[in-house]
Amino acid sequence: MTGIYLDNNATTRVDPEVLAEMLPLFTEQFGNPSSMHGFGAAVGGKIEWARQQVQALLGAAHDSEIVFTSGGTESDNTAILSAVEAYPKKREIVTSVVEHPAVLSLCEYLEKKRGYTVHRIGVDGKGNLDLDAYRAALSENVAIVSIMWANNETGTIFPIEELARMAKAAGAVFHTDAVQAVGKIPMRLADSAIDMLSLSGHKLHAPKGIGALYVKRGLRFRPMLRGGHQERSRRAGTENAPGIVGLGAAAQLALLHMKDENTRVKDLRDKLEGAILAAVPACFVTGNPDNRLPNTSNIAFEYIEGEAILLLLNEHGIAASSGSACTSGSLEPSHVMRAMGVPYTAAHGATRFSLSRETTEAEIDAVIAVVPGVIERLRTLSPYWTGAAPKAFTPAYS
Amino acid sequence: MWNYTDKVKEHFFNPKNAGVLDGANAVGEVGSITCGDALKLMLNVNPTTEVIEDARFQTFGCGSAIASSSALTEMIIGKTVDEALKLTNRDIAEYLGGLPPEKMHCSVMGAEALRAAISAYKGEAWDDDHEEGELVCKCFGVDAAMVERAVTVNGLTTLEEVTHYTKAGGSCQTCHEKIEDVLEAVLARTGALKPAAKPAAGMVGLDAIKPLQANGTVSAPAAKLTNVQRMQAIMMAIEELRLQIRQDGGDVELVDIDGKDIYVRLSGACSGCSQSSGTMMGLQMKLVEKLGEFVRVKPASLLPAGM
Repeated sequence: MTGIYLDNNATTRVDPEVLAEMLPLFTEQFGNPSSMHGFGAAVGGKIEWARQQVQALLGAAHDSEIVFTSGGTESDNTAILSAVEAYPKKREIVTSVVEHPAVLSLCEYLEKKRGYTVHRIGVDGKGNLDLDAYRAALSENVAIVSIMWANNETGTIFPIEELARMAKAAGAVFHTDAVQAVGKIPMRLADSAIDMLSLSGHKLHAPKGIGALYVKRGLRFRPMLRGGHQERSRRAGTENAPGIVGLGAAAQLALLHMKDENTRVKDLRDKLEGAILAAVPACFVTGNPDNRLPNTSNIAFEYIEGEAILLLLNEHGIAASSGSACTSGSLEPSHVMRAMGVPYTAAHGATRFSLSRETTEAEIDAVIAVVPGVIERLRTLSPYWTGAAPKAFTPAYS
Repeated sequence: MWNYTDKVKEHFFNPKNAGVLDGANAVGEVGSITCGDALKLMLNVNPTTEVIEDARFQTFGCGSAIASSSALTEMIIGKTVDEALKLTNRDIAEYLGGLPPEKMHCSVMGAEALRAAISAYKGEAWDDDHEEGELVCKCFGVDAAMVERAVTVNGLTTLEEVTHYTKAGGSCQTCHEKIEDVLEAVLARTGALKPAAKPAAGMVGLDAIKPLQANGTVSAPAAKLTNVQRMQAIMMAIEELRLQIRQDGGDVELVDIDGKDIYVRLSGACSGCSQSSGTMMGLQMKLVEKLGEFVRVKPASLLPAGM
């Protein structure tokens, strides 16, 4: 596939340098790290190298705090299940309404099948967490707080350190799904109140099927997968050695490129967003424009539907994403848009552009040239579009 | 990514009859912006001949919603009002070469808009005011009559299918029991739940399964076929099964062969038939036996794009 890929919050391309690091693990260095021979030892050494790279990216105090998993979903599930098992007398969970399904579905399961009380903290029109409700939900009965660092749809960043400190003060374990934040936000977990953190390889130019869970030293932990003694018995199963080494290489590169993400990539995002807002009437940025990931722009186009937008963009070789119901096969627009109170007239047309360090200015210019025409074309088909573009459009909810 | 047919793409990228029809004398509006799709169908009906002389649409919705609207207008222009009323959502879906199951509600929206427009033309009260049928799904404003129509026309048998076709039950889910009540009533009336008297064509009944035999009694697969021989063998096997399928009012057609993937199109009574996957499996078993190699039989709708 060629084209302009602005869907990096969905997944990223594996960096060629990452792939080069991985390839020998499939052929020459195929040993099982648990084996008592040279084949295994070589692989074991590489896995420990990779662990140190992830440690460095997260600013963790010890490399043993990194547990390799199959990805974000497994890390999230492991973290939450570990805390509820380690603190069986605490029967409450605190999370937010805008979490990834990996957290929301598990919490719903624990609520329905195991009788947990789940506090889902709401957000305001810009996607900011309701801190008063959060404070009120914390108590000594809370086993775990699981709040995402940055939202995958809007890029909105939560004040994660403040939230972690409040949770610790209440005696709860604090976990954060940082799948979108890792590699874009500088982190120093050694000095943080965060107990557990999930990350996913394929969001930072490593392959799919590899991720990690940070577990602070000293934290009570219960494994989800039981079996062999791999990962210090915290995650049984023969290590995905190529994936782990790929994640290590990707972590090293992410650290190297973090400044670029926050300067050049951010400027490109701002250029794209500014140009679209200036050229297209009746559209607005969702989430908090002043506090979000540098690579993400989510624009809601009123009176048209997201899947149709994506299909037309795809015809121009542009890949983006939408919170529209139709793209997911569900019938409701994204829970994040609904949680922010984005009106249905716009929620169905919410379109996410997510850049990466591979995005170029020429690509952004090409997208700027295409988007207004696509929106215009769909609006002429829409029974709700009167053609008279309201000037100085202000969304009802902001 | 949805597997849209070329026909759907054609009608989405170059919709026919889009826009406002000035002086329309029959207008039907269904759906709403809240629900995620809406269609305004405008017709120009000749009062003397009752022929639909022109049709236009405006649609808010996804690719298949726009394509279904465009297809609908093409299908009804030139028809009389009464001829048009005979069209069902299945006709729209078939005209488009099929829609993904989750998108069938787009074809239903087209059929409903047509009924609404013709009711308006005839000066009848459109039953959208729900005197005729109880509102089953409040989230999407679907009444029992609409669920019944979708179930009857498309031969639906499960709650999930009803949601795919009408959207009913796709949001808060509190109406699932009500939908199941309607579904069960229709199925009881049509007898669709009675076990089939004989297995559908190509379906393997339990009595037909023989235990594996020792080596030597199974005819060894022929020596490796050339590509042409292989293609002929596939065509012959399909022709053989076709005779059976035709007796049941269906038909099957070979669309493409891509290595191990054999793409076929089921039509007639087979399309939308709940047994069609069984028919496919039967065909696959037959081909595996004839060719002496493993193949996969797939519906033509799964053909990779650009083929």
